[in-house]
Amino acid sequence: MELLWKVKKPSDMNQWKNFSKGFIKENAVFALFLGLCPTLGVTTSAVNGLGMGLATTFVLVMSNLVVSLVKNFIPDKVRIPAFIVIIATFVTVVELVMKGYVPALFDALGLFIPLIVVNCLVLGRAEAFASKNTIWSSLVDGAGMGLGFTMALTVLGAVRELLGSGAFFGMKLISGDGMLLFILPPGAFIALGYLIVLANMIKEKTS
Amino acid sequence: MEYILIIIAAVFVSNIVLNQFLGICPFIGVSSKVETAIGMTGAVTFVMVIATLVTYLIYYSVLVPLDIVYMRTITFILVIASLVQLVEIILKKISPPLYQALGIFLPLITTNCAVLGVAVLAVQKDFSLLESTVYAIGNAIGFGLALITFSGIREQLDLLKVPKRMKGVPIAFIVAGLMALAFMGFAGIV
Amino acid sequence: MAKKESTFLSMVATLIMVTLVAAGLLGSVFALTKEPIRLAELKKKNEAIQVVVPGFDNEPSQEVKRMFVDGDSLYLYTARKGEEILGTAVETFTNMGFSGEFKLMVGFSPDGTIIDIAVIKHAETPGLGDKMEKGKSDFSVQFMGKHPESFNLAVRKDRGDVDAITASTITSRAYCDAVTRAYGAFMESQKAE
Repeated sequence: MELLWKVKKPSDMNQWKNFSKGFIKENAVFALFLGLCPTLGVTTSAVNGLGMGLATTFVLVMSNLVVSLVKNFIPDKVRIPAFIVIIATFVTVVELVMKGYVPALFDALGLFIPLIVVNCLVLGRAEAFASKNTIWSSLVDGAGMGLGFTMALTVLGAVRELLGSGAFFGMKLISGDGMLLFILPPGAFIALGYLIVLANMIKEKTS
Repeated sequence: MEYILIIIAAVFVSNIVLNQFLGICPFIGVSSKVETAIGMTGAVTFVMVIATLVTYLIYYSVLVPLDIVYMRTITFILVIASLVQLVEIILKKISPPLYQALGIFLPLITTNCAVLGVAVLAVQKDFSLLESTVYAIGNAIGFGLALITFSGIREQLDLLKVPKRMKGVPIAFIVAGLMALAFMGFAGIV
Repeated sequence: MAKKESTFLSMVATLIMVTLVAAGLLGSVFALTKEPIRLAELKKKNEAIQVVVPGFDNEPSQEVKRMFVDGDSLYLYTARKGEEILGTAVETFTNMGFSGEFKLMVGFSPDGTIIDIAVIKHAETPGLGDKMEKGKSDFSVQFMGKHPESFNLAVRKDRGDVDAITASTITSRAYCDAVTRAYGAFMESQKAE
């Protein structure tokens, strides 16, 4: 009964603020420093970053939705393991679907797809937000944080691809190689370091 | 001899943090002090090695024969989460001061992608049980090496003049990049 | 928001319920995606075979022989045009790559001459080892039309006939290792016939 009421009544939360916080102010990568493993690991190209971001967003939205739905039925002491199983389920769904329909992207993202389950962003939102808010707010939060994460990954991927292979979303702009360093591990760290500085500067200017 | 090569590869050539990008969250989050880095390494080593062992056994004796390999992600992460709970309980009983010292870092091991990552990799690489265990030990050492060295550098970094905008995380990433560059020099020794 | 009481029974019951629902959901998704996954992997394989033994009109993945070599499996696919055997595509591997294992598909014509080689799966360094991929450099071209009996499958540093990729001797060596393994399996299978 209580659950139904929560679905129908519009939340007191400003949903636009809820949605947009994930883009700059509370960006998973640039502000909260969550989900860093895939951020560094798959951003050798813009497309890979985009694919990873979207896959993670799907898991985030679905798990936020389900966690918010069942939050009143799960005993407090087992909530973390329960959330993990819920998240792991959607991660596996993503794994299977990608393997069957976008195998090239699946191969490119490799190990990092199952690792979405330990992406601190996903578990973090489930625990910090979805388990305490309405279904609709949780959905919006998941979408906003997820898309903000996607944006960060795509930007980093585009930067590394541009500097490292001289290409933009797969289209080569120069012949031969660029500064290879950027598609290798050191370049990932360095590029991200500078992007965080840039993000901080943008944050300062817009607040 | 094979086993020594597995360890050298795991520690230096394909360092779990600086080359494979696993375990970055604790790498950035727990590395401001050498002391905490050492404590974290100990806990991670324990969980990583046992988790790899247990998940390996479950994979080959349950998931594969029953053709439910798609349950891999769920079972592996549940094993890890349970192990971390177990470690917390045991540690609380046999060494309360250590338990206090590690504090919040213990439950965080569950979300350490390095632990799940190594468990999955051991199975993907078709290792034997012994090889998987050695692989896990090697990666734990590699994790510790990266984490402790990095925290040593960060402690020094705090005392230097760093441009205001780069203080904290950004400069840490640049340093990590330089460390990764240095580790690339190990390429080809195995 | 009131937190639910955590009695032992409710904890265990909840976890079991959640896991069962999860398993059920995944089981159905698995059943649904089984076919697309199988088809996707088949397509990848056929595309590789098409590159190294072009022009076949049969289903090479149906005419496959598996051989155990050096602790792992090689797969030999027969490509035909009509009744005639066009060639054999051998899916081979090497563990000596810079980043570990990678797989090649080597196409042999019936007399053992290498038709072409495609890289199926690898994790070699971008810009260096990954030049072994067709289109990224001329490295793989030098193998085309050569016969392993007259073309020594080792890099020049190892007194062979293969020009290694600049600054990627390890990857080049591993590549030769994989091709040699493929040829060995090919010869074995010819003997068996």
